[in-house]
Amino acid sequence: MTEVATERTADRTKMSISDEVAIQITNMNKWYGDFHVLRDINLTVYRGERIVICGPSGSGKSTMIRCINRLEEHQKGDIIVDGIELNSDLKNIDKIRAEVGMVFQHFNLFPHLTILENCTLAPIWVRKTPRRQAEEIAMHFLTKVKIPDQAHKYPGQLSGGQQQRVAIARALCMKPRIMLFDEPTSALDPEMIKEVLDTMIELAEEGMTMLCVTHEMGFARQVANRVIFMDQGQIVEQNEPEEFFLNPKSDRTKLFLSQILGH
Amino acid sequence: MSDTDARDLAYVASGTIPPSPPPSSEVGVVHWLRENLFSGWFNSLLTLAAIAIVVMMVPPIIEWALIDSVWTASSLAECREKGSGACWAVIIERFNQFMFGFYPPEFYWRPILAFLLMFVALAPVLFASVPRQLLWFSLAYPVVAYFLIWGGIGLEPVESRKLGGFLLALIIGVAGIVLSLPIGILLALGRKSHLIFIKTLCVVFIEFIRGVPLITLLFVANNVLNYFFPPGSNIDLILRVVIMVTLFASAYMAEVIRGGLAALPQGQYEAADALGLNYSKSMRLIVLPQALKISIPGIVNTFIGLFKDTTLVVVIGLLDPIGLINNIRADSAWNGIIWEFYAFVGFFFFIACFSMSRYSMYLENKLKTDHR
Repeated sequence: MTEVATERTADRTKMSISDEVAIQITNMNKWYGDFHVLRDINLTVYRGERIVICGPSGSGKSTMIRCINRLEEHQKGDIIVDGIELNSDLKNIDKIRAEVGMVFQHFNLFPHLTILENCTLAPIWVRKTPRRQAEEIAMHFLTKVKIPDQAHKYPGQLSGGQQQRVAIARALCMKPRIMLFDEPTSALDPEMIKEVLDTMIELAEEGMTMLCVTHEMGFARQVANRVIFMDQGQIVEQNEPEEFFLNPKSDRTKLFLSQILGH
Repeated sequence: MSDTDARDLAYVASGTIPPSPPPSSEVGVVHWLRENLFSGWFNSLLTLAAIAIVVMMVPPIIEWALIDSVWTASSLAECREKGSGACWAVIIERFNQFMFGFYPPEFYWRPILAFLLMFVALAPVLFASVPRQLLWFSLAYPVVAYFLIWGGIGLEPVESRKLGGFLLALIIGVAGIVLSLPIGILLALGRKSHLIFIKTLCVVFIEFIRGVPLITLLFVANNVLNYFFPPGSNIDLILRVVIMVTLFASAYMAEVIRGGLAALPQGQYEAADALGLNYSKSMRLIVLPQALKISIPGIVNTFIGLFKDTTLVVVIGLLDPIGLINNIRADSAWNGIIWEFYAFVGFFFFIACFSMSRYSMYLENKLKTDHR
């Protein structure tokens, strides 16, 4: 399987986990019409944790993390993010969304705005940061993802990997306390996956709380402190990465791992 | 250089092959001609046929409109004596009437000034390089233009029924265009709303207005609309027409913009949501700028349609350019002229609509940031 991330080794000693709860999901259920997509999801995420979520397509992993910032609405159970309960109160939703950054599979940069404008938009309009200051923050994070010289170009002029790094910088400009990654490397060429994973590893080393839906098992081994395997809308197995990969408990996990690691 | 074949499996490129200019058959005038005009026997035939049609049609038109035309005469009979071509003398003699209808000649400066100021007001809206402070004037312009044309605050009042000609066409057209875009945007957003009441309201409005001919609406404006206003209020006929034309165009506008909204990938809405932008901000900053850009050809198409539809007001007795034609032909001196009038009116509308079309192409080019 893809082991592209191995060039840059993550320093696990830097990644500390606190006892403070960042996300608490209890008995969450979700249906699309009659279809029961998420079944009794229970998950507690501590601040500083890096969780990798994997599973076959259609297992509900994307839907689960999209529930955390209410891109999808859950119908039963509770989600508490950063001490704020996620319900239909629009104020709470906006508050949570400002604290939770999200990176999408297809980047979803705004094509009519420059890279810099993409990064300053939310700080200026949501956080009410003065423009000058927002631009400084944006340049700081663009430097961090190693594309400060592209700031005045438009997304369409950048490669896929560069666009995804801009998307990460855009999310970071809001100074989020939690980052969600929804298959961030699935739409990228192999040569570009590495640059995006490097950025994510760096982020993990700085203690960011991360939930990442991905099939990059090399990344999971290096960075995650917990791997969650989902199938048919439920959490089937979770463990720390070494155990998870070497010693999977359930048959479904074994089958999945043999299929993605087998060739 | 690259001698790769199966008997010799190992191969390493000895260097980078430098780029070289294309062969002469791929560039230049001859290439263009061959590619575009004579690419095959059918295309060659079409090219020759097109040349023949141009040769047959253009010289007679030029002869009629320019070489044999008469520019000064006091009646059609005099025109026909002087030359066999177009009798433009009638347009010159009735030029003011074509422009202003029966507007009092001593106040012609007022609509002229309003017309010139219109360009000042439009400049900052149409071109980003114009100083932004001028937008304040653009906002005030409708009021300024109203008082200039209809009078009031010190200016001699002029009644609506004296307005006519291109002045009338421009008033209805410009007012309709300026008002129908924002109303259309609101209707399109309303139609996509999750609030069932707003959605139903917008759908019913759009489908009703679109399903009814404009002439019907104009008759309603002329006869029925007064019943809906409080008794005693006498709403100006031009205002009533502007309302109807605006409603008509905004229903079309709404559907054009809805197309633009639908063309936007779902990911754009999600990214805006995920960043914490609320509904109005995500619409204003992310969704509408992109949706409107996609809809530019359709929007301008609707504008052009609306502008030409202003000639329909003739059916309720307003004297727009078409209405004036009948009026002038009733004069015994000019009885019998047809082509010159329609050519002139057509030319005016063509200039206005063609400008809009060119502007829309300019705007599309300027806003092209996706580099696809």
